[in-house]
Amino acid sequence: MADLSCKIAGIDSLNPFWLASAPPTDKKYNVVRAFEAGWGGVVWKTLGIDPPVVNVSSRYGAHHDQNRRLLGINNIELISDRPLATNLQEIRECRKEYPDHVIIGSMMAPIEERAWKDLAQQIAESGVHGLELNLGCPHGMCERGMGSAIGQVPEMVEQVTRWVKDAVDIPVFTKLTPNITNILWSAEAALKGGADAVSLINTVNSIISVDIDNMVPEPVVDGKGTHGGYCGSAVKPIALNMVAEIARTPETRDLEISGIGGITTWKDAVEFMALGSNAVQVCTAAMIYGFRVVDDLIDGMSQWMDDKGYTSVEQFTRAAVPQVSDWNELNMNFDTKAVINPDNCIECGRCHIACEDTSHQAITMTDKPEGGRLFEVVDEECVGCNLCYHICPVPDCITMEPVKTDKPPMTWPEHPLNPMRVAAE
Amino acid sequence: MTTLQAKQASKSGAVHGGAGHNDADDGFSDLHPAYSTLQAMAESNRCLYCYDAPCVTACPTSIDIPSFIRKISTGNPDGAAKTILSANIMGGTCARACPTEVLCEEACVRNVAEDTAVEIGSLQRYAVDHLMARDLPHPFKRAPKTGKTIAVVGAGPAGLSCAHRAAMLGHDVVVFEAKPKPGGLNEYGLAAYKMTNDFAQREVEFLLGIGGIEIEYNKALGKDINLADLKAKYDAVFVGVGLGSTNDLGLKGEDFPGVDDAINFIEKLRQTEPKSDMPVGNNVIVIGGGNTAIDAAVQAKRLGAEEVTLVYRRGPENMSATEFEQDLAKTNGVVVRYWAKPVAIKANGKLMGMEFEKTELDASGKLVGTGETFEVRADQILKAIGQKIKTDDLAGMEITGGKIVVDKNYQTTAPGVFAGGDCIKSGEDLTVQSVEDGKQAAIAIDAFLKTA
Repeated sequence: MADLSCKIAGIDSLNPFWLASAPPTDKKYNVVRAFEAGWGGVVWKTLGIDPPVVNVSSRYGAHHDQNRRLLGINNIELISDRPLATNLQEIRECRKEYPDHVIIGSMMAPIEERAWKDLAQQIAESGVHGLELNLGCPHGMCERGMGSAIGQVPEMVEQVTRWVKDAVDIPVFTKLTPNITNILWSAEAALKGGADAVSLINTVNSIISVDIDNMVPEPVVDGKGTHGGYCGSAVKPIALNMVAEIARTPETRDLEISGIGGITTWKDAVEFMALGSNAVQVCTAAMIYGFRVVDDLIDGMSQWMDDKGYTSVEQFTRAAVPQVSDWNELNMNFDTKAVINPDNCIECGRCHIACEDTSHQAITMTDKPEGGRLFEVVDEECVGCNLCYHICPVPDCITMEPVKTDKPPMTWPEHPLNPMRVAAE
Repeated sequence: MTTLQAKQASKSGAVHGGAGHNDADDGFSDLHPAYSTLQAMAESNRCLYCYDAPCVTACPTSIDIPSFIRKISTGNPDGAAKTILSANIMGGTCARACPTEVLCEEACVRNVAEDTAVEIGSLQRYAVDHLMARDLPHPFKRAPKTGKTIAVVGAGPAGLSCAHRAAMLGHDVVVFEAKPKPGGLNEYGLAAYKMTNDFAQREVEFLLGIGGIEIEYNKALGKDINLADLKAKYDAVFVGVGLGSTNDLGLKGEDFPGVDDAINFIEKLRQTEPKSDMPVGNNVIVIGGGNTAIDAAVQAKRLGAEEVTLVYRRGPENMSATEFEQDLAKTNGVVVRYWAKPVAIKANGKLMGMEFEKTELDASGKLVGTGETFEVRADQILKAIGQKIKTDDLAGMEITGGKIVVDKNYQTTAPGVFAGGDCIKSGEDLTVQSVEDGKQAAIAIDAFLKTA
């Protein structure tokens, strides 16, 4: 079995799987259960200055598919609503009882130097391995000038990070909000402030659904609803892009990354790490299935590493980053065509109608003499868009085959049809 | 046969197959219990929403199956029901009684992908039952009145389907029915465990909600009414009389007490409540290889017959009963004997049994007796060797091969008289085919009346 131990921001972890700051890490009872289940670490639910916040009921909304599987959740819960002293005492106990497991203290305070520094020092004294600055919460706390209200202003991100770095001598993770136009601005700000790593993404601002019987956004609080933070597998593509942007941009590529956002399976975790994360944090998958999901995360990643011959996670961390390009760097002379394997085809006709109605009329449907229907790709019309390949319900029935061309690679800046073309000579 | 059906069939067999079962009424609860919302949701999401779907082509009424299933999966079961009923107003009965395993579900692409079809029949039932349970206004509107009146003979699936579509097209309809209740085969001819909870009557009531349809009961063609009068009095006539007579074995003693037509047995059982009041023999022989034979054999067993033997003159692959039906017989403890033909009815003051001769195919492929015989004891014999039309009632219409001849517009050789259902040769003798006949005939009659 492959060795899954890893290091992020100088902190050694048994494996790359930490529970993100959220309800699952709000108290010792849960954290103990998580460690027993196999999680390498936890980011304790965000701590604030007393008196503790007060939460509402209900708190979660859901985005289901038609089989009632949860694709995403949004929540309007605030930071830990337990007294700071209670949380810190339980952190001390957990540190003592589970010395090999990582505990990071998530924290949030109003935009005042003293507040951040005092709170950071109190939490650091409880023995946490590091601090994570919650600059992302998109609901409730931001209306009080915290969370994403700070995270959306790069200058404040830098300032807060620096305050905390100055106050403590343990690693600091700056947690970024995705609710901005360009993640690089806040990542760079965190770097400038001295962050040892960035954590991303926090939840995405959202209204997840509407109760159309009562015409209220969900979750409903006594007849009214509000925007909340969206998470779960639905946000994974957004998070992956932001992680990759930070990892591939020269100004920010030195930042270590704790990847967060819809990680549900070991494969998701591998993808996050391949695109730049040194370790990952999981929340929604655990909320849906319980802490036991870590078993697949560990086992699946380990099996995959064995298959690929990787002996440490560092060997594939960032391995996909060099292949992430700007559109302008793509080879326009590369061509693929769909190929339908008639032996695997179950004749559902979906490739045909999708291409016919919405793409390039490149898949014909004809009656076979012996009965049934034959679906064939018209090569001249096929632009290799992948739509049929993606919608086909049968794996490996439609494949995308590269077309052999003798043309050399050519990017758009070099393309003869580009009116802005820069002469190569 | 799909896994779910097999499971249900074997479950029924296990519970009700035992000899000397004294709680017969239990044996007539739903053969396929209705889906819960969760089951409907899970199953509807198995549908791939095929384009130009093979299941639609396989349905005689061409219901847009992918569309109705998608509507179930999005939480729109009443919309799904309307999609079904717009093509097949008796979608509720068809969902229960159709041999889906050889129609829509046989064509399902999931058979290729996973060896298990989407349970289209159960989903259809879920949708139609959902709509009918809501007591909403009838889902279809009538076109402006045309002032034309159509006579429909027979309140079975063909006649009622024709009446409904004709009413929708703006015509007024009078239905003449020989029996005291409407529904035809749906009310009298389907096994009780396929049509529980008086569904046939509820469906007719629902169908009549369109308005413009009157039904006159106890009016038999050739006895209480005749075609000449109907032609004179109405703008068009539709004949959907079904098959009113049964084939004989041609053996001595066929009128002996205890020897009966299987359809009479099924009809009596359908009208008996509680079912345990229905008398049944201890040793029952059923002769035939169609679904009627299976229905009779399984129900005889469930009523408590000790031994039920189904005898068919050819092999299982030649039976017109579907594989599912054949399995249902076996899992209910019916003894099935192939390759044997009845040669004599044995009686000695009372019915004793039957003598059979083994059969085989000769070199030319013709079915012949081998000369070897055997006897099966019986105190009840049920014949299910086919039905035929009562030709003497249908003067003026050409009959060929025991069926009324119609052109592609369902018009008989008698001008202005249309026909459909089992009394014509259109497809399999199934409710769903009759519904399609009736619907298409109504559309043809409408065109006929516009040019007349």
